[in-house]
Amino acid sequence: MNIFVNGNKERIEPCTLAQLIACKKLDAGALVIELNRQIIKQDFWPTTELQEDDCLEMLSFVGGG
Amino acid sequence: MKDDVLRLGGKEFSNRLLTGTGKFGNHGQIPKMLAASGSQMITVALRRVDITAQSENILEYIPKHVTLLPNTSGARSAEQAVRIARIAREAGCGDFIKIEVITDMKYLMPDNWETLKATEILAKEGFQVLPYVLPDLPLAKRLENAGAAAVMPLGAPIGSNRGLETKPLIAMLIENVSVPIVVDAGIGKPSQAAAAMEMGADAVLVNTAIATARDPEAMGRAFDFAVKAGRAAYLAEMAEESTLARASSPLTGFLDEV
Repeated sequence: MNIFVNGNKERIEPCTLAQLIACKKLDAGALVIELNRQIIKQDFWPTTELQEDDCLEMLSFVGGG
Repeated sequence: MKDDVLRLGGKEFSNRLLTGTGKFGNHGQIPKMLAASGSQMITVALRRVDITAQSENILEYIPKHVTLLPNTSGARSAEQAVRIARIAREAGCGDFIKIEVITDMKYLMPDNWETLKATEILAKEGFQVLPYVLPDLPLAKRLENAGAAAVMPLGAPIGSNRGLETKPLIAMLIENVSVPIVVDAGIGKPSQAAAAMEMGADAVLVNTAIATARDPEAMGRAFDFAVKAGRAAYLAEMAEESTLARASSPLTGFLDEV
C-alpha cells in the first residue's frame, strides 16, 4: 500500500507505526509523529495500524534560535 | 539584586539571558555554554526528520533545569505556527512557545499580523506565548491583551549581529507594556546586551553571537556578565546626560586664587 512520509509517497507492506519506525532505524526518543494531522504519542505507536494514503509527518527537535 | 527575579509565563528565573541552540559547531558545546552563562531558558526548533540520515536528539544536550522554549520557525502563517506549537507541546516540551512567523526571506522580518493571530489562538489554549515581533507599540498592546506572556522585539535582523538598531521603538515598549520585554535577534556583542538591559529590557535572547563565537562557552559567560551589569545599572537608576561638562572635582579655592 502507499503512504506519504514527510510529503513523499512510499510503498510499504501493511504494518504498525512502531514497525515502520523500527524499519527505518529512527531514534524513537527523538521522534514526534503526526498521522493525518493528529499527534500520535509513542505509547500508541505499536497499536496504530497504517492505512492506505495515510499522511505521516516525522519530526524531531533541532537547533534553532 | 538577590531577589531580582524575572517572572515569565508563571515561572521565576534568576537569570535574564535566554539562549538558543542554533548554529553550534557541535551539540556538546550547548551544555557547557548553559553552565557558563547561567541561562535558564533555551530555544529549540522542530523539523522534518531526514529519514536517510541518523541525527542526534538535541534535547539530550539540555539539562533538565533549563526551560525549553520551542520556536515555530519555518511557519509562514498563523495556522502553521499554531500547528507547530501544538506538536511541540504534545512532544513534551511544556507550555512555552516562541511564535516566529516569517514571510520575508530577505531580512527574515517577522510577520506581525500573523504573529498576533497565532498569539490570540495559542494563549487561549493555555500556552505561554512569547511572540517575536518588529517593535510596534500598538501591536505590543494587542499582544498583551491577547494574553502573551512577554513581547520579544527584534534589535536587528536575525543573525545580523548589528545590535539595537530599533532602540527607540523598543524603549516605547519597555515604557508602555506591562508584560516582560525580551529583546531578541540582532544582538551581536555583550555590550549591546548590556545596553538593552540598561534601558530596562527584562531579558535578552542571544543565539548567533554566542554559538558562532570562536569559544561559545566563554562568550556565554561574557553575555552573562553583560546582562547582569546592564540590569544592575538599570536598577541603580543612571545619572542624567548633559550637553555641557559638570565638574566632578571642586574648581574653586585653589592655591593663589583670590
